[in-house]
Amino acid sequence: MSDANAEKINRLLQQRSFIELGARQRARALLDAGSFRELLDPFARMTSPWLPKQGIVVQADDGVVVAKGTIDSQPAVVVAIEGAFQGGSLGEVGGAKIAGALELAAEDNRNGIATRALLLLETGGVRLQEANLGLAAIAEIQSAIVELQQYQPVIGLVAGPVGCFGGMSIAAGLCSYLLVTQEARLGLNGPQVIEQEAGVDEYDSRDRPFIWSLTGGEQRYASGLVDGYLADDLELIGEQIRRFFQQGLPAEQRSHRHAWFLERLQKFDGSVQADAASVRSLYQGEQL
Amino acid sequence: MQTLSFQFSAGHPAQGRALVGCVGSGDLEVMLEPGTSGTLAIAVVTSVNGGEQRWQQLFQRMFSDQQMPALNITIHDFGATPGVVRLRMEQALEELSHV
Repeated sequence: MSDANAEKINRLLQQRSFIELGARQRARALLDAGSFRELLDPFARMTSPWLPKQGIVVQADDGVVVAKGTIDSQPAVVVAIEGAFQGGSLGEVGGAKIAGALELAAEDNRNGIATRALLLLETGGVRLQEANLGLAAIAEIQSAIVELQQYQPVIGLVAGPVGCFGGMSIAAGLCSYLLVTQEARLGLNGPQVIEQEAGVDEYDSRDRPFIWSLTGGEQRYASGLVDGYLADDLELIGEQIRRFFQQGLPAEQRSHRHAWFLERLQKFDGSVQADAASVRSLYQGEQL
Repeated sequence: MQTLSFQFSAGHPAQGRALVGCVGSGDLEVMLEPGTSGTLAIAVVTSVNGGEQRWQQLFQRMFSDQQMPALNITIHDFGATPGVVRLRMEQALEELSHV
């Protein structure tokens, strides 16, 4: 066995998966060692008042972990959504925790503390059981992202396996930098919703290679909709995040380039079934 | 959904608190906090109705051969099997011993 191969194997054996971590472990792992301090932790029991009324068991943190600490010795707030609880859906409480955390980070910046934010997104979007309250919370999160990135970058990371959908995919699009893994999916509507609306002939939600070819992390990166495409390796992900924070604010936020995106979308021919290659070339502006 | 409560005898209050698990499919969240001296109180909120006997026996079997510290335990259960419940309980107690 060559040295290069031995090194590769060694690397694989030592690699720590990020995707396999729960929300709290993810936040802890990406903050500087020992700096993790949770706000409104589960023992505060700030749970959803709406789920029990509908016969659904709550989770003590409502599926959202908000942690303060440092990244690269700089003040940071990390928000991690737990995808395993109710599909990472955002209700009134979880949504308010995120919006509040981002608003406090902006206030920090106005007071001379350069707090930056990292969002670990694992969410199907609004929690249907909380309907308008969840939607309102997501709107507040979006406003808070826009407000905070006047001062500091807001980095979004979609690792999987849930992905990021609904209103939160818009929040993801607003981030200064958006990072994904191969396991990630990013889209406004989830596959089952599209299948229901467009029909199974057009969009088969059980055809996993097809779904990932259109909404998966690799495709989103190739289409220029995200800024980083990362392996499921805790150390590499941490490194990338620190690198993007070091870059500071991007010269132009992706959300300010809407005219550029609209121009391309207008060239889309809806009469032909889209596939991965045609979508990429549409965004890249190349001829097939 | 059903809310159940159980009580067992216990020793001195535990030091510190612990949380393990997640309210995901087939899993549960277990929270341990110091309780009142002599009492181990468990509150279970579960998505599966009619399992009171099963919970009672699971706890009895777990606590029969050990003196437990006084704890307030909160469980949010999303259809975990007794085996998973026991593993999570033991994980939480182990976390507590590291506090």
